[in-house]
Amino acid sequence: MSAFTPPPLPSDDKRWKIVNGTMRKNGFARHALIETLHSVQSSFGYLDDDAIRFVAQSLRVPLSQAYGVVTFYHYFSLKPPGKHTATVCAGTACYIKGAAKLIATAEKRLGICQGQTTSDGQISLMTARCVGACSRAPVVLCDDEVVGEMTDEQMIGQLERWAVE
Amino acid sequence: MTVEELDQIAISVRQENAKYDYEVNVCMDLACVSQGSDKLRDALVQAAEAAGKKVLIRRTGCMGPCSHGPLVRVDPDDVLYRKVHAGHAGQIVSSLGGAPVAELQCDLNEHFGSQVRVVLENAGYIDPEKIDDYIARDGYKALLTVLTEMTPNGVIHRITESGLRGRGGGGYPTGLKWGTVAKAAGNLKYVVCNGDEGDPGAFMDRSVMEGDPHRVIEGMAIAAYAVGASKGFIYVRAEYPVAVSRLTTALREARRRGLLGNDICGTPFSFDVEIRLGAGAFVCGEETALIASIEGRRGTPKPRPPYPAVSGLWGKPTLINNVETYANIAPIVRNGGKWFANMGSERSKGTKVFALTGKIANTGLVEVPMGIKLRQIIEDIGGGVPEGHTFKAVQTGGPSGGCIPAELLDVGVSYDALLKMGSIMGSGGMIVMDDTSCMVNVARFFIEFCMTESCGKCIPCRSGTAQMHTLLTRICNGTGTMDDLQLLEELCATVKETSLCGLGQTAPNPVLSTLKYFRNEYIEHILHKRCPAGVCSMQAAVEVLA
Repeated sequence: MSAFTPPPLPSDDKRWKIVNGTMRKNGFARHALIETLHSVQSSFGYLDDDAIRFVAQSLRVPLSQAYGVVTFYHYFSLKPPGKHTATVCAGTACYIKGAAKLIATAEKRLGICQGQTTSDGQISLMTARCVGACSRAPVVLCDDEVVGEMTDEQMIGQLERWAVE
Repeated sequence: MTVEELDQIAISVRQENAKYDYEVNVCMDLACVSQGSDKLRDALVQAAEAAGKKVLIRRTGCMGPCSHGPLVRVDPDDVLYRKVHAGHAGQIVSSLGGAPVAELQCDLNEHFGSQVRVVLENAGYIDPEKIDDYIARDGYKALLTVLTEMTPNGVIHRITESGLRGRGGGGYPTGLKWGTVAKAAGNLKYVVCNGDEGDPGAFMDRSVMEGDPHRVIEGMAIAAYAVGASKGFIYVRAEYPVAVSRLTTALREARRRGLLGNDICGTPFSFDVEIRLGAGAFVCGEETALIASIEGRRGTPKPRPPYPAVSGLWGKPTLINNVETYANIAPIVRNGGKWFANMGSERSKGTKVFALTGKIANTGLVEVPMGIKLRQIIEDIGGGVPEGHTFKAVQTGGPSGGCIPAELLDVGVSYDALLKMGSIMGSGGMIVMDDTSCMVNVARFFIEFCMTESCGKCIPCRSGTAQMHTLLTRICNGTGTMDDLQLLEELCATVKETSLCGLGQTAPNPVLSTLKYFRNEYIEHILHKRCPAGVCSMQAAVEVLA
């Protein structure tokens, strides 16, 4: 078996060490691809081309396969998130209790569609499949904080505060 | 670790707890935390210190009736308080030893009365991050009994005798599945826990993983012994960070206590578990797709056979069960298969946890014996539909299930009865809809979900769901025709019969069941350009008619 030397870290950014640590913990095994991508996204907030290339080379996975995995799973993002993120839960209980209206309200207020970030980079509007807080529907994750029984007014209030924070 | 040592830990936990005069249990599940139960807990600790009372403040998993949260239970008096906030801490602490705080007390006798707690027996009673709390409630006793007193075949026999069926939705007999993996050739086998609760509107598995993680690990270890595996994986959604962190802690604690690792409890049995994160793909709940995802690939299903029991993870025999299935194992081993088989209906044994949500008074987690009438769950336990609205339908089984109308509420809940009604048991989501829900729109919602979540591997699912979505959108807009309706029904049959995996095969269920029970709503949309529930915007229709 020929010796394999992993590629050098893309930069001296300390976050790459976290990513490398995840791969080392898994013995640079190919099946650690998704784990490693999670590690990149939690460290950097998203996955860019350099990151995907680095991970693919380190784990000896074809670049096409790595890119295929990134685009297959909704959780991975190829674009940097805004400073703040509102994630509206679009699960069934939230739908029944009016999540669609919340999304429409936010889209109108921000002038963007779900999945996009405002041009000033302040706010991203996302949707989630179900965050599992169905008993408090409709639910919105405001920068990871779970807000239950969200109303249109509260939503607009939050977005207005974020626009200047 | 021996049985005696486990008993010793249990005794010392009880002795430690006996030093306190009162136990105040604070629900720290997602729904209660989102209403400030973490701040409440801190306030209670401070208030108890200030009052100089010996009070054990414990954070627990989900107590059940989330709509009344944040919830606090005071023991030994067994008083339940609802809607408690940090400001109430002083009041609660000073009431200890006297009369309970009347305005916070909640009377949920009817809600809890017809529930039977097996899977959730520890939820609300233990700190999920303390393994000793779990041990004090007979935790890991079943594992030690199995390792020291039972043969693998004996374990499988007991599970078979219990009549337990897979709680992930399909209802495959658990004992039979274990037997197949045990008989499969090869020394290397895997045990996998499916915690990819992708079904929107369901959170039972999240609550079990967060509220009683050791229960799942113990069930997996028993399964591993029975089938001859030494390595396990828990596949959890990345959207459940708390579950991931609680499971990580639980695994570390179990290793520390020698309940995972090499030569567990001095026996030749070795077993360890790794956590694998999902990444937001509903199809990964399908077992062959889940395997692909653990292997680090795109989660696309494969035709079966071969079943994972024969050729699964990295081509090795693999046992895959759902979180709730594993959570049932320890009590079955402890109390016997017959005990479990005595609960439930003829072909669906035991209990089932449901996540009751939607237009209902008491939303939250409930655990009921199989065979209970839907009406009892919705009206007695759930408290019925609030605010003067009327019940229209209850949706079970998520995107693979169907909508059950009011006239069928007296049917008992079982795998077979739900299937007969055009729905499925599913993992346990139960979403109540009232007269403000449009059933055509609901069908479109689920088809949109399946369309987006289709992995794209097989054509019937990939294209079929997209075409169905177009037709349903047209009907919702008021521009649909009776021909569209006929085409929709034909497509349902094609997608159901020819899709590769469960996602596509069950995707038409929400459409078929609403067509069966609420056909008049479809007709109203098509012929009279009217949405009876007032949900669908008929803009397009107005233009057409003008």
